[in-house]
Amino acid sequence: MPFGNTHNNFKLNYKVEEEYPDLSKHNNHMAKVLTKELYGKLRDKQTPNGFTLDDVIQTGVDNPGHPFIMTVGCVAGDEESYEVFKDLLDPIISDRHNGYKATDKHKTDLNFENLKGGDDLDPAYVLSSRVRTGRSIKGFTLPPHSSRGERRGIEKLSVEALTSLDGEFKGKYYPLKSMTDAEQEQLINDHFLFDKPVSPLLTCAGMARDWPDGRGIWHNDSKTFLVWVNEEDHLRVISMQQGGNMREVFRRFCVGLQKIEEIFKKHNHGFMWNEHLGYILTCPSNLGTGLRGGVHVKLPKLSTHPKFDEILTRLRLQKRGTGGVDTASVGGVFDISNADRLGSSEVAQVQLVVDGVKLMVEMEKKLEKGEAIDSMIPAQK
Amino acid sequence: MANSFTRIMSGRNTAVILASIGAGTLASGYVLSDNTAAVAAAERTRLYPPSADFPDLRKHNNCMAAALTPTIYGRLRDKTTPNNWTLDQCIQTGVDNPGHPFIKTVGMVAGDEESYEVFAELFDPVIKDRHNGYDPRTMKHPTDLDASKITSGMFDERYVLSTRVRTGRSIRGLSLPPACSRSERREVERVVVTALAGLKGDLSGRYYSLGEMSDREQKLLIDEHFLFDKPVSPLLTAAGMARDWPDARGIWHNNEKNFLIWINEEDHTRIISMEKGGNMKRVFERFCRGLKQVEHLIQERGWEFMWNERLGYILTCPSNLGTGLRAGVHIRLPILSRDPRFKKILDNLRLQKRGTGGVDTAATGDTVDISNLDRLGKSEVELVQLVTDGVNYLIECEKRLERGQDIKIPSPISPFRK
Repeated sequence: MPFGNTHNNFKLNYKVEEEYPDLSKHNNHMAKVLTKELYGKLRDKQTPNGFTLDDVIQTGVDNPGHPFIMTVGCVAGDEESYEVFKDLLDPIISDRHNGYKATDKHKTDLNFENLKGGDDLDPAYVLSSRVRTGRSIKGFTLPPHSSRGERRGIEKLSVEALTSLDGEFKGKYYPLKSMTDAEQEQLINDHFLFDKPVSPLLTCAGMARDWPDGRGIWHNDSKTFLVWVNEEDHLRVISMQQGGNMREVFRRFCVGLQKIEEIFKKHNHGFMWNEHLGYILTCPSNLGTGLRGGVHVKLPKLSTHPKFDEILTRLRLQKRGTGGVDTASVGGVFDISNADRLGSSEVAQVQLVVDGVKLMVEMEKKLEKGEAIDSMIPAQK
Repeated sequence: MANSFTRIMSGRNTAVILASIGAGTLASGYVLSDNTAAVAAAERTRLYPPSADFPDLRKHNNCMAAALTPTIYGRLRDKTTPNNWTLDQCIQTGVDNPGHPFIKTVGMVAGDEESYEVFAELFDPVIKDRHNGYDPRTMKHPTDLDASKITSGMFDERYVLSTRVRTGRSIRGLSLPPACSRSERREVERVVVTALAGLKGDLSGRYYSLGEMSDREQKLLIDEHFLFDKPVSPLLTAAGMARDWPDARGIWHNNEKNFLIWINEEDHTRIISMEKGGNMKRVFERFCRGLKQVEHLIQERGWEFMWNERLGYILTCPSNLGTGLRAGVHIRLPILSRDPRFKKILDNLRLQKRGTGGVDTAATGDTVDISNLDRLGKSEVELVQLVTDGVNYLIECEKRLERGQDIKIPSPISPFRK
């Protein structure tokens, strides 16, 4: 039986107020939405795979959050979680994704030819380009809930699909548990290797169980297309390269994804997707496209300009340090990526990155010449 | 499950729970989820037989990994305790923590009292492995909390800096820390804190809830070495013991600060009697007296401790079964601790050394923490006497070495009474 609070029915013998978590010191989306009444309404429910309300919220109960950073505070254990617990998840999704309504439809567009430009970002400033997303495989529960048998099943299916790719996508799979020291060293140097999660946001959700069983990394021979298996999602798919040719990165991303999806569909295990929430992933923050497209870009002058954060907000972009989420920038180099995931398509989100970064590089050049950039500051997109 | 609740209900004046939940709500919720869940569960068993889920333990070094075979797993995987706790949940910590080549951890925990019974096929060999061959199927564990039996229980305070005895107790009818829901954990807190409020004289004291502690109180408790923190050890976090922290966790201590109880850390309760100096007899006497009074106070309200004659006191980790007792001292043995025979002497005396920060710490300076190795198969009195005799022997050795005299390695003590 998959992991989780299998003894949920036993807890129903206690009153709601006895079981309701103390969220008085919490600052995450779940804590904002989950009232005692809502808890009472949902606590006797479970998905067909036995995932319960307490399973959904445990990570948010255990991680009160930060006064300044708003985490989501809940996860899905399977596709059905988003349905069975919609009374909790819909308001959270709305809060997190700019007021997205329960009746809204999400557009999926993985046709790279719809992207305008993107091949001419100045490599003197744009050091590297990357697009990532996640995919979940229908018929399996998600990482917080999956049993060892399921995780291995996901791995087996993924490896079969990936190793059948050819041409620019020909590559190799490296299972975490049988990697040699030399392979491990190489993957770390390539910045490909992912490690056992240490973030309590993930460990409290049960995603690190049985590590490293069923986990691994696949990449193509040219090291420009990479897939993580069974980390925070079933699959994390990454296309990347040095320099500023985001168009090429996005092309490879779309083509690779579509090839992989075809193979999974043949095995009757397509990707989890629906027209309301787009691609279904473990964390509600990654619904929709699950896409983070971004660049490492040198903006030493612009980043210290008083309007930098405002510019980013208007461009619908987000900054991170070059180590990824929760890191600081080094040497004026920032990771700039799209802020949105749900409610706009993949093409639209990458377009925002391409256009926004192009504009910011222009601004940086202006600032280098000692000129003002006030007239260039865009309207809210 | 029904039986344990009937027992609780009949003995207790109903301040809380059960009655106010409409039976209809409970039943319909149960049926609705039960049906679809049951169908999915059956399908899952067909798709994923136990062999698909058997953990990869080839790189593991813990008692669970040594005992768990595919056959045992196959027989136990689909069983549940009356509270619906499963084998996978018992062993998760051992799967997630392969262990260390030199240190063999236990690698599994109980979620409730019944775990030890339902999953006996795995727990029994693990208990045997950890407790020197103790066989729960054929042997009985003796309980003896009569402190008056201790002899020579006053140590030379030029060597012994402090003395301490600890154990754990679980409240029967409530799930253990890996499994408990928030309401059960809060119930444990209520039951124990209510009982402790009834302690009088030198045992009277007060409770500090972890979540509501002021900064000043927290600082004081840290300075006194009383405060326990959210577990960071992956052995504990992988077993789910840190969930909902710090909800329903707290510390109680008496006004004299020599009797202390931790609530809802790794066990329902951890009871500690301690003081500076070397009066083991007094420390143990207070320990036994306090324990007996707490037990009496919870019994007045219809509760009792988890205990049976095969396994003694039932605690979360199998390593703490039996007495759950660790009696020890912080002792300065500058010469003896550097003597190559020190380890063998300790082994034969069935003692263990730890650093002065507790388990998994190193010794600072010449001071070491010396305590009993064993927990199960000997009574509390026997173990405390063993520590008393052992520590006196170590002091004797240190004194002899000071005088330039030779020391002898004592003959090994048997782990069980004959």
